[in-house]
Amino acid sequence: MSPIAIRAQRLFKQYKIGLARRRHDTLRDQISHSWSSLFRRNGHDSALGSDSNRADTIWALKDVSFEIKHGEVVGIIGRNGAGKSTLLKILSRITEPTEGRAEIFGRVGSLLEVGTGFHGELTGRENIYLNGAILGMKKWEIDKKFDEIVAFSEVEQFLDTPVKRYSSGMHVRLAFSVAAHLEPDILIVDEVLAVGDMAFQKRCLGKMGDVTHQGCTVLFVSHNLGFVKSLCSRTLLIEGGVLKMDGPSSSVVEYYIDQYNEAPPAEEQKKIAADLKWKDTGDGSGFFLYPKNSRTHVSFSCGEDITLGFDIEAPRFISEVTIGVCIITPAEEPVITMSSKIQNVPSAAGQSRFWQVCCDMGRVPLNAGNYFAHIYVGNAVSDYARFSRAFTIQVREHDVFGWGNPLPGREAWGSVYWAPNWDIRPGDE
Amino acid sequence: MPNTLTQAPTFPSLAEPTIVIEPRRKLIDLDLRAIWEYRELLYFLVWRDLKVRYRQTIIGIGWVVLQPLMTMIVFTAVFGNFAKVPSDGVPYPIFAYSALLPWNLFASSLTRGSESVVSNAQLISKIYFPRLLLPLSGVLSPIVDFAISFVIFISMMLWFHVLPTRGILALPLLLALVLLTALAVGLWLSALNVRYRDVGHAIPFLVQLWLFSSPVAYPVSLVPEKWRLLYSLNPMAGVIEGFRWALLGKQSPDFGVILISSLMVLALFVTGVIFFKHTERTFADIV
Repeated sequence: MSPIAIRAQRLFKQYKIGLARRRHDTLRDQISHSWSSLFRRNGHDSALGSDSNRADTIWALKDVSFEIKHGEVVGIIGRNGAGKSTLLKILSRITEPTEGRAEIFGRVGSLLEVGTGFHGELTGRENIYLNGAILGMKKWEIDKKFDEIVAFSEVEQFLDTPVKRYSSGMHVRLAFSVAAHLEPDILIVDEVLAVGDMAFQKRCLGKMGDVTHQGCTVLFVSHNLGFVKSLCSRTLLIEGGVLKMDGPSSSVVEYYIDQYNEAPPAEEQKKIAADLKWKDTGDGSGFFLYPKNSRTHVSFSCGEDITLGFDIEAPRFISEVTIGVCIITPAEEPVITMSSKIQNVPSAAGQSRFWQVCCDMGRVPLNAGNYFAHIYVGNAVSDYARFSRAFTIQVREHDVFGWGNPLPGREAWGSVYWAPNWDIRPGDE
Repeated sequence: MPNTLTQAPTFPSLAEPTIVIEPRRKLIDLDLRAIWEYRELLYFLVWRDLKVRYRQTIIGIGWVVLQPLMTMIVFTAVFGNFAKVPSDGVPYPIFAYSALLPWNLFASSLTRGSESVVSNAQLISKIYFPRLLLPLSGVLSPIVDFAISFVIFISMMLWFHVLPTRGILALPLLLALVLLTALAVGLWLSALNVRYRDVGHAIPFLVQLWLFSSPVAYPVSLVPEKWRLLYSLNPMAGVIEGFRWALLGKQSPDFGVILISSLMVLALFVTGVIFFKHTERTFADIV
């Protein structure tokens, strides 16, 4: 057998972002449109051709190359929209690359979702067969492993109950059990461990560990950096469609955390939160900032109201407090600056060393991505203190306008989304 | 486990890759081998369809019996009794039912085939399999309904004392023509449906128009002679006439016409496969 399991050579993937919006177009438009596309080769122009800079296309992957040997367990990390899932979709043949080539040596099992093809009306038993077949198992294989699958899933009692009556936990357990008994040479997994309770996640990890000891090659996308570190020996970091880093997991993960200050794994975050009751300005001014609920990392869905709450401790009694908040991107570009002083909103009257602050921004139109917030504390005349990157704000992808897909996020569409009032009409001749 | 992880060294690979992934440039790449490899999935897709269709219903499989029977009764009342549509000397109920057999198979095969890709969008965006399996499974699953209705038909033949002729031997061929027609149209519509949901709205309408342009409720002899050739371009016209001939021993249909419509279906099928294969690579991106 070739020592190489996966070889990706200069993979590019271009998405037409206008495509989804044109989906409901009428046939008439298509007929007139197809005249123009007749002159383009297959409508799939050369990736490097003149088409590539059009505004309605984005490059989800740009020139990604790597080789993975048999038996390697490789993690893929990166922010939302970095191109991780696109890469997995290409390697599992769900979508085609626009340019480039990948070679795969061995049988591939891809698990981009737990329970793909599960049908609610079918019973657990029936779904095991259906799902197994969809994942590429032969019927005799499923027959052989049926008891094992059932035992692992712990749903024996409900085998003949339609899956739609299962709890979501049972649903996930059954689905994962089927997938875990697929015995591919190469396993491609996308974020499937994000579901299920802790105990089950642990068992899945154990099962995946077994799989890797049997010499299976695993490609594993996850936002859970802890899992990646403990499971994978090597990690690829993808950023903006480009393979940014490729190396031992520990150093890649560290680099990633340093660079983006993303949320560390949940357990670690709790530990950090316990230590991090306050933030110092770092300049010895004696001002402290206590984030509400000790959370310096706050997470919102795109389109949700964003609120920052914190307490300020001053080294002396102060009054007429003003607060400034500046939201920046990880690259230090300011996005929004808010100031109670400029808005001429006075603080409540009083003298105190402790001040409670709530900055309710309402629906700030921030696109999905990570941001930081600097906090300024001052009075009407000057600033007392500046808390640099006091908060990490994670804005999660969400389909704000209900168009069918989440908005593409900050990397692609800029920091702010907006819904203007449109007026589009035909003009006079 | 290997420990040199910073940069995977390049090995000279002697073995052929199992899978090569690259943008497809060929116009036609049928890849029948992949379909053969995934034949069990085709079986399970059809099986799922059958299992699910009448779940949580009271009369369950009774629907398969009830639908053509009720249609036959309404047709007999409206066309046979009120409108006095001639039935070429056969009792009208059996005249209508013998056409409803292929027609219902065709209508549900066509509908299911055309909706197959969009209704399995979830699968398409999450897992690889030969996409052709979807319209195939959609077209094949109504065969079971056909078989059940056929059993009813046999008991009706006994009841009305109608005997089949040797023409019944041609039935499998006619059946294949029904399925091929449904598949040919289904391939086009299912692929178009991915991008233009107009198709979804057009299908019920299309099926209804097609029903009236086929000799289901009336005999072909009712169609004026000068329109007969144009009328026969509808593949279902020849097929339904063929069914009546095979089952009821009526005068044999014009085989020249059946040949013309078969050739038309074949052309539609070949272009349909090409169109489907050509567009399937974008399914996951736009479905």
